[in-house]
Amino acid sequence: MTEHAHPSEVITVENLVQTIGGQEILRGFSLKVYQGETLVLLGRSGGGKSVFLRHLIGLMQPVSGTVTVGQEVISGLQERELAKVRRSMGMLFQNGALFDSLTVADNVAFPLRERGETDESVVRAKVEEALQMVDLAGNEGKMPVNLSGGMRKRVALARALVNQPRCMLYDEPTAGLDPIVADSIDLLIRRLQRKLGVTSIVVTHDMKSTFTIADHVALLHEGRCYFYGTCDQLRASTDPVIRDFVEGRSHDEP
Amino acid sequence: MAPARYVGDLIFSFARYLGDLALLAGETMRGIFHGQVRPQLVVQQIYEVGFRSQLVVLITGAFTGAVFATQTYFQFHRLQMDTAVGPVVSVSMFRELGPVLCGLMVAGRVGAAMSAELGTMKVTEQLDALRALAVHPVDYLVVPRFLAMVISMPLLVAECIGVGILAAYLLTTQILGVSETYYVHNMLHFTGGRDVAMGLIKGMVFGVVIVFVSCHQGLNAREGAVGVGRATTEAVVIGSLFILVVNFFLTMALNIFFPAGK
Repeated sequence: MTEHAHPSEVITVENLVQTIGGQEILRGFSLKVYQGETLVLLGRSGGGKSVFLRHLIGLMQPVSGTVTVGQEVISGLQERELAKVRRSMGMLFQNGALFDSLTVADNVAFPLRERGETDESVVRAKVEEALQMVDLAGNEGKMPVNLSGGMRKRVALARALVNQPRCMLYDEPTAGLDPIVADSIDLLIRRLQRKLGVTSIVVTHDMKSTFTIADHVALLHEGRCYFYGTCDQLRASTDPVIRDFVEGRSHDEP
Repeated sequence: MAPARYVGDLIFSFARYLGDLALLAGETMRGIFHGQVRPQLVVQQIYEVGFRSQLVVLITGAFTGAVFATQTYFQFHRLQMDTAVGPVVSVSMFRELGPVLCGLMVAGRVGAAMSAELGTMKVTEQLDALRALAVHPVDYLVVPRFLAMVISMPLLVAECIGVGILAAYLLTTQILGVSETYYVHNMLHFTGGRDVAMGLIKGMVFGVVIVFVSCHQGLNAREGAVGVGRATTEAVVIGSLFILVVNFFLTMALNIFFPAGK
């Protein structure tokens, strides 16, 4: 792992081990994420990237190893003890995970109301602003079932961003989106980082997206951090595992 | 050895299941006492589980009362005890038939809906989304359902009993020709506050059983649509069986405080 001089570590993961259905998915994964950067986590499908991301917000507890957010070790905390850390973070789920009984506006307003905002004019203004940010203004009254996959993902992004988290976790933010919407999501992630200093961890397979948004890239391979470095270092690498991934080569017979 | 191991495993998994239900109940109480009650959701759930269950409960109560009165009348008529139909139907509806049948109907209607809703939220990551937004799923989903059930079930049971007694009265006095005055007099004479208390307490306890069994199944649903289907079926089956078993122990215990026929 390459060492860099950075202001402070927002997330530190040490020797994370996780087993699912008897199979060891993470085998001592370690990683540091620094204040204000965008880190892209690459890896093959089913390799444990999403599982890793879920540990960062306490949705899964590791078999062993530690996850530290800011100064607090969150691995091993009880559900209610995690609330404080979770309030400073946001997460975009792979399929959006919108509340299907609520309208778009109510989904986006949900975190505001849950954190005690009772002034409906403030809620409305913030919802409008968040939906404008993801190009979905005017869709407030729609139900999630009437939205396309890309729209759902963008509503979910608005919901995650409405409380201005200090750290955002994105699980495949551009998967299943057309190239134009995917690019707009990439630019939004970049804009949030530049304007608000949001630290982002992005799980993706999308190499174009990676080279657009990443300050650092980590490659998860066989349960461990196989590569950590900048985009330039990734491009320049001659390691066959990295080259196969970057160039999308399978070695299967045609 | 194999049968003994099978029985042992069965007892162990049942004990673990009861432990899970107790933990869910504990977490629900913690949510309530830590001020995590959302009144708007409680009202919404009262509408869903209470208001919208009324038709089912009223039909159940009416036909149970009518059928029970008919059967009792045919037996008692041979002994020339026609006016005893009133108290028999009334006490039976209050102490057993009302709460148990109402509980079984609500377990089917509301228990299945709760389990399916929470199960779908589980498999579509909506529960994880709640957790990621720093909202405890038990506080947001179970607490309102629990409070709504505790409020609604005694009222539903009261409706079921009331309609059952009314149906029995109308059938016995208007069709079977029993004297209205003696029917009502005997019914009021042999039915007391102890019977009313027993019916309402049972109703509330069955409501609590339904909500914890159904929510537990929903919150632990697995494997997509099949898992949600299984959770829903199990919620109804386990909820109904629990009502019957709990009813036996509740009857034994409540008879100490509210003895029958005194």
